[in-house]
Amino acid sequence: MRKLALSDDILMRVEKPARYIGNEVNSVMKPKEQAAIRFAMCFPDVYEIGMSHLGIQILYSMLNEWEDVWCERVYSPWVDLDKIMRERNIPLFALESQEPVKNMDFLGVTIQYEMCYTNILQVLDLAQIPLYAKDRGEDMPIVIGGGPCAYNPEPIADFFDLFYIGEGETQYRNLFDRYLENRRRGGTRQDFLRSAAQVPGIYVPQFYEELYKEDGTIKGRRKLYEELPDVILKELVTDMTNSYYPLKPVVPFIKVTQDRVVLEIQRGCIRGCRFCQAGQLYRPVRERDADRLKEYAMQMLANTGHEEISLSSLSSSDYSRLNELLDFLIEDCSRKHVNISLPSLRIDAFSLDAMSKVQDVKKSSLTFAPEAGSQRLRDVINKGLTEEVILKGAALAFEGGWTRVKLYFMLGLPTETEEDIKGIGDLSNKIAAVFFDTVPKDKRVNGKVQIVTSTSFFIPKPFTPFQWAPMCTKEEFLNKAYLTKQGIMEQLNQKSIKYNWHEADASVLEGVFARGDRRIAKVIYEAYRRGCLFDAWSEYFHNDVWMECFEACGVDIGFYTTRERADDEIFPWDFLDCGVTKQFLLREWKKAKEQTVSQNCKEQCQGCGAARFGVGICYGQNAV
Amino acid sequence: MKIRIKFAKYGVMKFIGHLDMMRYFQKAVRRAGIDIRYSEGFSPHQIMSFAAPLGVGIESYGEYMDIEVLSMTSEEDMKQALNRVMVEGVEILSVNVMPDNAKNAMASVAAASYQIRPKEDGSWGAFPAKDLDGRLKAFYAQETIPYTKETKKNVVELDLKQGLYELSADADGTVYMLVNASSSGSIKPAMVLEKFCGSIGAEFSQDAFRITRLETYADLADPGDAHKFVPLSDAAE
Ligand code: SF4
Repeated sequence: MRKLALSDDILMRVEKPARYIGNEVNSVMKPKEQAAIRFAMCFPDVYEIGMSHLGIQILYSMLNEWEDVWCERVYSPWVDLDKIMRERNIPLFALESQEPVKNMDFLGVTIQYEMCYTNILQVLDLAQIPLYAKDRGEDMPIVIGGGPCAYNPEPIADFFDLFYIGEGETQYRNLFDRYLENRRRGGTRQDFLRSAAQVPGIYVPQFYEELYKEDGTIKGRRKLYEELPDVILKELVTDMTNSYYPLKPVVPFIKVTQDRVVLEIQRGCIRGCRFCQAGQLYRPVRERDADRLKEYAMQMLANTGHEEISLSSLSSSDYSRLNELLDFLIEDCSRKHVNISLPSLRIDAFSLDAMSKVQDVKKSSLTFAPEAGSQRLRDVINKGLTEEVILKGAALAFEGGWTRVKLYFMLGLPTETEEDIKGIGDLSNKIAAVFFDTVPKDKRVNGKVQIVTSTSFFIPKPFTPFQWAPMCTKEEFLNKAYLTKQGIMEQLNQKSIKYNWHEADASVLEGVFARGDRRIAKVIYEAYRRGCLFDAWSEYFHNDVWMECFEACGVDIGFYTTRERADDEIFPWDFLDCGVTKQFLLREWKKAKEQTVSQNCKEQCQGCGAARFGVGICYGQNAV
Repeated sequence: MKIRIKFAKYGVMKFIGHLDMMRYFQKAVRRAGIDIRYSEGFSPHQIMSFAAPLGVGIESYGEYMDIEVLSMTSEEDMKQALNRVMVEGVEILSVNVMPDNAKNAMASVAAASYQIRPKEDGSWGAFPAKDLDGRLKAFYAQETIPYTKETKKNVVELDLKQGLYELSADADGTVYMLVNASSSGSIKPAMVLEKFCGSIGAEFSQDAFRITRLETYADLADPGDAHKFVPLSDAAE
């Protein structure tokens, strides 16, 4: 029987002890002696969030396929346990072996959103690993970061030994072989880092120095060793269908956010919305073969016992064999009493038909994401969804019996005017009007339609055409939310419309991290020292403490958020190459300002640069 | 077809709560490929019910659940199929086909037996283990054992004696008790321990004991007659 790291009295005292005991179905135990490499894979947030992440499930299973590697999981201890571990000096442990993380060879951290940065420090701290990479001794694990935030690693560069840029499936074996080779040769930690720097996609931040101009912008970078690459190109899976997929994902005991089988049908997106970072990072679009997916679905359901399955991708409607795949799943799953949760699909006759087969129309809602209130602004952001299409889709849906609609918008997009904001209320109202026009009085189920309009605040992200764009201040954001609310209140059907908006404070902070440089690290360190943790959880987010830390560290928030960047400014992330070129992004930024749309990859290649990988959508087309 | 499944839950699994155990078995039944019956309606669920909920932190070798299946090969096959998909700490002990008119497990529960050991040094405060049985007998001999149960909503006065059917200890200080576990008048072992510790002047803390449920029983006696407790797996008639 496994011995737990925490005593019974601690486990009986904390909320949800199941977060810390491991032992889940499909979790992997291995004889220690067999594992030449011990790897702790961390998602720096609470168990229920971390367990729901597909990327971790992929890497966890893939690494454990290798006989000489034992990959285990680590999540952020929740605040109750965090306190106890500090009081009693209990080192953070991995769930499977229950052994201290500090005894492992690697600690891998997947960094999915900026607001988890203090949780990364928590994990290091509780693990009793020095927070700064430069302070780590020979016996400490190699701390490696990955995930979308690694595409601008600079704000957290000081805390990591390595970053893995791009998709995790490709280079871990190479990295591990170098690690083992270094160990055989009796090499030092530094020796390994030098060797790791030769692996495609691997970035070793301590070997580079960021240089600044007098105005605070970046002058360039200096590297410590001649052999280091100047530019690091992202790693990418070339053959999706034959790439590794976890057919036996771990099944948690407690309810987690994503408690179902997840089928990743494709990676990437053809659309090129100008605000969207994922749409650029995962280019080009690569599909996984539908027949393979059908097999996977059946095996994964059998291996997990999950009662639900869902499809994952950035834009499922663009998957070429979607109809066929859905037909298969609907048929197979209804026999097995398995529910299908459909991703947000483009609303048309086909998707409505599919939805009506898998969910209770009366209880479910439809989702549209126009993102901007006017056609003008939708052209700026290159969101190819027109009012006509939305209203047509809504009419079809209302005829089909739906009465609930969710609408998503962003506030603070480049060039936005009061007119554009007013459009949000107008569009919400028009959809309500469509309901009253389409559905005769005696057929209205609950007598009414419910429209929920939500806005989030736009945050410019690296590797998007909007990486040059100024971001709004908190006051501007709040004013825009106020205008939106007013615009809705003025509508004829305002009673049918409910309006939600986000907190502005956290958005500002996220904006700083997103486009920050190495000078941000000390603020994050200071905020953590002063108790900031779980910043992604509004009840634990302390904006006042953060503001004090910026002040104390002498870091100007506006420099990172509201400043418009010159076309030729060097960005902190320019030494990374995510596949799309800076020229392409700049072209798109200029087109945005001219309100000119760009066609998607299927209609006409835009020459973004990703064709050099020679795979996916670009392949066999007229990619330039 | 009605099936009664008896299982054990021990080790780290004692930290998994009742609702999560139900979710665990719903998925386990699917993994084992059991032809379970589903309810009718838009969102069908498995026909599955559990006997007596077990508190978090308590191990058990006498847990029960009932399921209904449309088809099966044999009890032994089903037991093996389930055990193949269990995690460490959950073990299927028996599978029994029940008569169609059998009362369901939850309604049948009348009593449960427990074994209690002090966790740390195996001692009961000042009392040598060998004196324990005598002390317990004296405690049990009382006419009434009043207990004040405070819930969030109200305060209830109980007489533990009414639902405490057996109480004894062996020479190494292991306590055994049989208590009412039915929907009316159920008693938790911790209540008895608390009162007993009070009566011998020892400090009570639930953390200090390792509590194990040994068996869950039905009462086959006719109303008014003396109890006739049998394990739920044998309560077919
Ligand atoms: S190279 Fe062309 S087809 Fe390929 S991702 Fe870029 S724009 Fe799309």
